[in-house]
Amino acid sequence: MNTDTLSLNLGPQHPSTHGVLRVVLELDGETVIDARPDIGFLHRGIEKLAEHRTYHQIIVLTDRLDYLAALSNNLAYVLTVEKLMDLEVPRRARYVRAALAELQRIASHLFWLGTHAHDLGAMTPLFYALREREALMDIFENLSGSRLTPSFLRVGGLAADIDERFVESVRNFTDTFQGRVDEYETLLTQNPIWRSRTKGVGVLDAGQCIRLGISGPMLRSAGVPLDLRKTQPYSCYDEFHFEIPTGKAGDVYDRYLVRIREMRESARIARQAVDGLPEGPWTAAGSPPVFPAKEDLKHNITAVIRHFGLVMEGMKPPPGEVYHAVESPRGELGFYLVSDGGPYPVRLKVRPPSFVNLQGLVKMVRGRLLADVVAVIGAVDIVLAEVDR
Amino acid sequence: MNLDTLRARFGPAVGASVVFRGETSLTVDREAVVALCECLRDEEALAFDFLADLCGVDRHPADPRFEVVYHLYSVRHGHRLRLRVPVGEADPVVDSVTGVWETADWHERECFDLFGIRFRNHPDLRRILLPDDFEGHPLRKDFPLEGDGRP
Repeated sequence: MNTDTLSLNLGPQHPSTHGVLRVVLELDGETVIDARPDIGFLHRGIEKLAEHRTYHQIIVLTDRLDYLAALSNNLAYVLTVEKLMDLEVPRRARYVRAALAELQRIASHLFWLGTHAHDLGAMTPLFYALREREALMDIFENLSGSRLTPSFLRVGGLAADIDERFVESVRNFTDTFQGRVDEYETLLTQNPIWRSRTKGVGVLDAGQCIRLGISGPMLRSAGVPLDLRKTQPYSCYDEFHFEIPTGKAGDVYDRYLVRIREMRESARIARQAVDGLPEGPWTAAGSPPVFPAKEDLKHNITAVIRHFGLVMEGMKPPPGEVYHAVESPRGELGFYLVSDGGPYPVRLKVRPPSFVNLQGLVKMVRGRLLADVVAVIGAVDIVLAEVDR
Repeated sequence: MNLDTLRARFGPAVGASVVFRGETSLTVDREAVVALCECLRDEEALAFDFLADLCGVDRHPADPRFEVVYHLYSVRHGHRLRLRVPVGEADPVVDSVTGVWETADWHERECFDLFGIRFRNHPDLRRILLPDDFEGHPLRKDFPLEGDGRP
């Protein structure tokens, strides 16, 4: 009897690893004996770069972490700086931020849905999901000029006020979106092939998830209703009505169901945010660390001086350290900032949900078939730019 | 969250606690880390079952130079705590908490990779983000941002 095992490189150049993830698999026939993830191919040293940037300049770096949910990264970062500065943000800005974060969650989940289904052999959902994602990309592009890297949030508020066109486009999107999710579900939810590929695959129970630090839809699919939007509300999330979808089995199928239902809830939140949008300022422009309004620069010399100071020297937060986390599409996205009172942070640490969730991979694939590895990687919903930073 | 029980049990190993912007940071001696973390996890009133993050900080030129920072969260109670463990440059070693929270595995590897802080009893302490043959630890303050550091 031949007992040799076969080593197989899955990635770093492989379409189903969603980026540059390399997994060295130890195979006995088609059965996975062991798996060793190898990461770091996309390491750009963003945390090192941040130590040489002013607090405002770092915003554009955060876009490049999780590029499928850039606005969630913007939000987590500016909230951390605002906590460090003890800065109050106007309600209008907080509502717009919540709306943008939820639209971004939908866009991210749509991309996950399309590619994940495609990995498992279902071609059609990709075209359906990307159709709606394009509508969202158009909204972001009209707003900020950019699809993937909007950098639209600023410390103290937004980069600019939103206009009626934005509100109208969000209403149009949310009017039709629930019906579109029904369409995706007709393709997959009861589909016998989809169910046989995903049910009972990649199971992690609640206890294992918590020990592994896994958060987001993966944790909720195991039945733990932990969502930072509810447990530690930020950006006026306590004023919106929404449910936290949870699963039971903690397998690939339940992760699918949780994310599908999350998209529906996100659309509800975004709709509530634009319908209940408060009037008033969209940035705390009077506060020292916040850029003055562009209009003021034309006639107000002190505004010009302040603007110049913020660009050339940056803001100087008090010495101290803060950690702030938001519920990104992938889980707990936290930023840890250490300040010594200077214009650059001493340390910026990103707590990337993908990095932590990916640790569960080995447990999920051991003893399973090679084809299940693809299903499991898809269901973790990793973005390697965030894993490697 | 009452930290007096910790002080009673661990004595001077538990240092000053600082509250800044509503967040509690606790300075802890490195000798006590594992026992203290087990206590934080298992004590009913604390129940820090979720290690959200673990990272290094280089406070060069301060002495002790490094800190290992733990961000703890309790799923049951919803509270958070930060532990700061000072580590000297001459002997940058801390006991691994992988036995307390499994998730510490990759976090500690990353901290070793980028800061050169070693974790005793870690099951697999290798570089994680950088190539195995990389020289130096880039998040140290004396590691140049670009170039080889020569003028």
